[in-house]
Amino acid sequence: MINACQKIHFVLLISRQGKVRLTKWYSTYSKKERSKVLRELSGVILTRGPRLCNFVEWRGLKVVYKRYASLYFCMCIDPDGNELEILEIIHHYVEVLDRYFGSVCELDLIYNFHKAYYILDEILISGELQESSKRTVVRSVAAQDSLVEAAKEETGSTISNIIAHAAK
Amino acid sequence: MNPFSSGTRLRDMIRAIRACKTAAEERAVVRKECAAIRAAINENDQDYRHRNLAKLMFIHMLGYPTHFGQMECLKLIASTGFPEKRIGYLGLMLLLDERQEVLMLVTNSLKQDLNHSNQYIVGLALCALGNISSAEMARDLAPDVERLLQFRDPNIRKKAALCSIRIIKKVPDLAENFMHPASSLLKEKHHGVLITGVQLCTDLCKVSSEALEYFRENCIEGLVKTLRDIANSPYSPEYDIAGITDPFLHIRLLKLLRILGQGDAGASDCMTDILAQVASRTESNKNAGNAILYECVETIMSIEDNGGLRVLAINILGRFLSNRDNNIRYVGLNMLMKAIMVDAKAVQRHRATILECVKDSDASIQKRALELVYLLVNESNVKPLTKELIEYLEVSNQEFKGDITAKICSLVEKFSPAKIWYIDQMLKVLSEAGNFVKDEVWHALIIVISNASDLHGYTVRALYRVFQASTEQESLVRVAVWCVGEYGDMLVNNVGMLDIEEPITVTESDAVDAMEVAIKCQRLGLTTKAMALIALFKLSSRFPSCSERIKDIIVQNKRSLVLELQQRSIEFSCILQKHHNIRSALVERMPILDEATFTGRKAGSLPTAVSASSIIPCNLPNGIAKPAAAPIGDLLDLSSDDAPPAPVSSGGDFLQDLLGVDLSPASAPSGTSQSPKTGTDVLLDLLSIGTLPPVQSSSSAIDILSSSHDNKAPVANLNGLASHSSLSANATSPASSAGMMDLLNGTGAITQKHEENGPAYPSLVAYESSTLRMTFNFSKQPGNPQTTFIQATFTNLSPNVYNGFLFQAAVPKFLQLHLDPASSNTLPASGNGSITQCLKVTNTQHGKKSLVMRIRIAYKTNDKDVLEEGQINNFPRDL
Repeated sequence: MINACQKIHFVLLISRQGKVRLTKWYSTYSKKERSKVLRELSGVILTRGPRLCNFVEWRGLKVVYKRYASLYFCMCIDPDGNELEILEIIHHYVEVLDRYFGSVCELDLIYNFHKAYYILDEILISGELQESSKRTVVRSVAAQDSLVEAAKEETGSTISNIIAHAAK
Repeated sequence: MNPFSSGTRLRDMIRAIRACKTAAEERAVVRKECAAIRAAINENDQDYRHRNLAKLMFIHMLGYPTHFGQMECLKLIASTGFPEKRIGYLGLMLLLDERQEVLMLVTNSLKQDLNHSNQYIVGLALCALGNISSAEMARDLAPDVERLLQFRDPNIRKKAALCSIRIIKKVPDLAENFMHPASSLLKEKHHGVLITGVQLCTDLCKVSSEALEYFRENCIEGLVKTLRDIANSPYSPEYDIAGITDPFLHIRLLKLLRILGQGDAGASDCMTDILAQVASRTESNKNAGNAILYECVETIMSIEDNGGLRVLAINILGRFLSNRDNNIRYVGLNMLMKAIMVDAKAVQRHRATILECVKDSDASIQKRALELVYLLVNESNVKPLTKELIEYLEVSNQEFKGDITAKICSLVEKFSPAKIWYIDQMLKVLSEAGNFVKDEVWHALIIVISNASDLHGYTVRALYRVFQASTEQESLVRVAVWCVGEYGDMLVNNVGMLDIEEPITVTESDAVDAMEVAIKCQRLGLTTKAMALIALFKLSSRFPSCSERIKDIIVQNKRSLVLELQQRSIEFSCILQKHHNIRSALVERMPILDEATFTGRKAGSLPTAVSASSIIPCNLPNGIAKPAAAPIGDLLDLSSDDAPPAPVSSGGDFLQDLLGVDLSPASAPSGTSQSPKTGTDVLLDLLSIGTLPPVQSSSSAIDILSSSHDNKAPVANLNGLASHSSLSANATSPASSAGMMDLLNGTGAITQKHEENGPAYPSLVAYESSTLRMTFNFSKQPGNPQTTFIQATFTNLSPNVYNGFLFQAAVPKFLQLHLDPASSNTLPASGNGSITQCLKVTNTQHGKKSLVMRIRIAYKTNDKDVLEEGQINNFPRDL
């Protein structure tokens, strides 16, 4: 049977120093396996020279990676997946991050790591691509952000009300 | 006061962690934070719960344990507000995975949220379900997801579609419920919905042939039209990538068409036009365009034959190969591997380019190209290609040598036009990268050498030459040592000189020097040294002029710190000193090794002759079959004490193998009291007793080729002088007996034999769960109806590997149970292999009661211990 499933097994963001900035596991990996994967892959990918191809064969799977500034974006797929498309998906994600944060940098992703996850969740579910329009993704995340802001203000005001009451 | 800005904020914690200069400092900060979070959890603090969880997620990402926060996720999900739910679901996906029981608790909240009035909350629930759903959750929530496929907002529909993929992968029986809603998604205009809908249909086709048929009949034309529209669509900024409108949608449509077209000429016909258009008109100067071309080529290769399209596809791959971009070359090579099945000739045209890629500086490309070259080799081009590969072996980097060596060896073995060529190539490989070859490879070489009797002289001289040049490659040294031991006389006398050879003068003492080097060299391993010792022992009778020197070298090793060498040395020197009458017979040349036996063993099955060889103790290919009792007499004479004959006989049997001795002439004068017949009877008895007998049934002549462990037992037997002979054979360390079991391919061989003898019983699926199946194969020995041999075969039905696999069984008192060791304790996933284990059950109430057994199977999967238990009552009645 030919393979037609494009499932991404996991997404990793690793800094050039080997620090993990984001991990998303779409296939089941135990805690031990996860740290092993991280250790092995950062060893393989960070040491690869420039101008080599962006694919690494690893434990019967393929890891497609691309470096943007100080960050390596890695996605792992089955050996007969479309590697070139994964490169496009990575780029798609980076462009959305860029739009959302406004020329994104590593620090944005450190301090707002949860935002990076929210955005990824609007692009991939279960390792499959969800949306090819960057605008739709950004809009959806922004709409949810504003829901949170609205709730915050509400809570903020209720709590200050309570405090005001107590102070009376 | 705003609760979102007091205390240590998330930002402050991250800043504090980043400010740490050492790992110890970082640990201290994390410990403090964790302590605070735990305290907050204990106080059931509500206000900061979501901030604490966010902190925990960061800490989790740094690799610290955060299990104590799992329940907090559930509490946040169960709360009413969107912000709490949002962070709660994120934590759920990050901190938990589908194997944790905690997840079961969330099913209810998920169900509620899937029906929430706020569509963003529905979206959160779908996303979480899609990412971590277990089979149980999938089953419980499938109806809700199915309903959401028709939700008014497209953003929910697309999430529901991807969620459905997870569900049908977890529970394939649900596929048909999703078939119709999925096909209506294909008519949508919204790209997100379309992409996910196409993907869902693709996955449905994979789990259900019914769905495949349905989509084939109803959807192909629509899909072709969609692809045509999108390929011809004018510039649309929202979806444009490098001048192409939505390459992601292109790719997914091509994938679905591939599945629908494969094996169906009509369907394939419908799509040829559009495939031709995509293949010829897509811009190939950017990655996105190439991604589409790549997918299109794969679809063309997979659907039913259309000559014109395939030419187009192969041409695209040709262009890929000559591209300067490494990524493109890589995928080109990758796809040519598939193309080779379709059109090998067309791929052969690119051979030169592919060979160049083997030498690329990029390891990924090297590896791909090597795989491809391997597939390209056939009888007609094996010589030039092997030459190229061996030349490259010399300059390739260390990490790649193992791969390339394995490939060359396998090619040479498979396509070798002549033995001399094979031997030549193998010598080149071994002298270049002998340390990278597997044991089987040099074992196979020895067997070929042994069978090429006209080349013995040539080979031993060639080996001697390369051995003189370097002793760095250990497997080369082993082959050289073995050959010098066997054919040393041919080396010295230039026997069988070929025209192409340059003459060489080697004296007897040169040859002995070489063996001495092998024994004394620090770098070489125990097996090599032990082999060199045997070689010397053999040379002792071939080179009478050097026999004193050989004796000295052997004696020196009596003080060896390595037990194996010490023991061999003591035994050999004893024979050299005291037992001249048998020495020449002991050191005779090995009979020709049987290729069939070896390849049979390599393929994992023993030829019947060997598994049944308890009766014919020697099935040497040259037809010397002799009763087992003959060597017993000799060895008993040697040991001159009254050790029980039976165990020794096994040693004798081995001895023949080890040293290639034909002892039958010697047995006549020794006047043994054991008749051949009783000897075999004893052997038979032995076979039915314990676990060691399999060793004794091995009479294959290749034993010497196995590692030193295997040689140990027989050698120990020779040591009859030390009067513990009978024990030493059987009492070798567990490691060695395991090694011997290995020789026979574990326990499988025993049952195989019994199957041949006993009455046939149907095999029985004794236990089956959703994750594991155990089948029993029964056999009996004739004349012993009470005892049943059961071969249990375990198959893993889940997609995860099982480790630490342990099978236990219990039986009532009237039964006796004996369990042999299992063939492995790791069970590969998805039925890709099995574990076998043999059981012997003796039914003392045979004929009155049937077998019954309680079983327990324990293993670890995904780091979790699993225990499965069951009772087997459905044994065949007459067991």
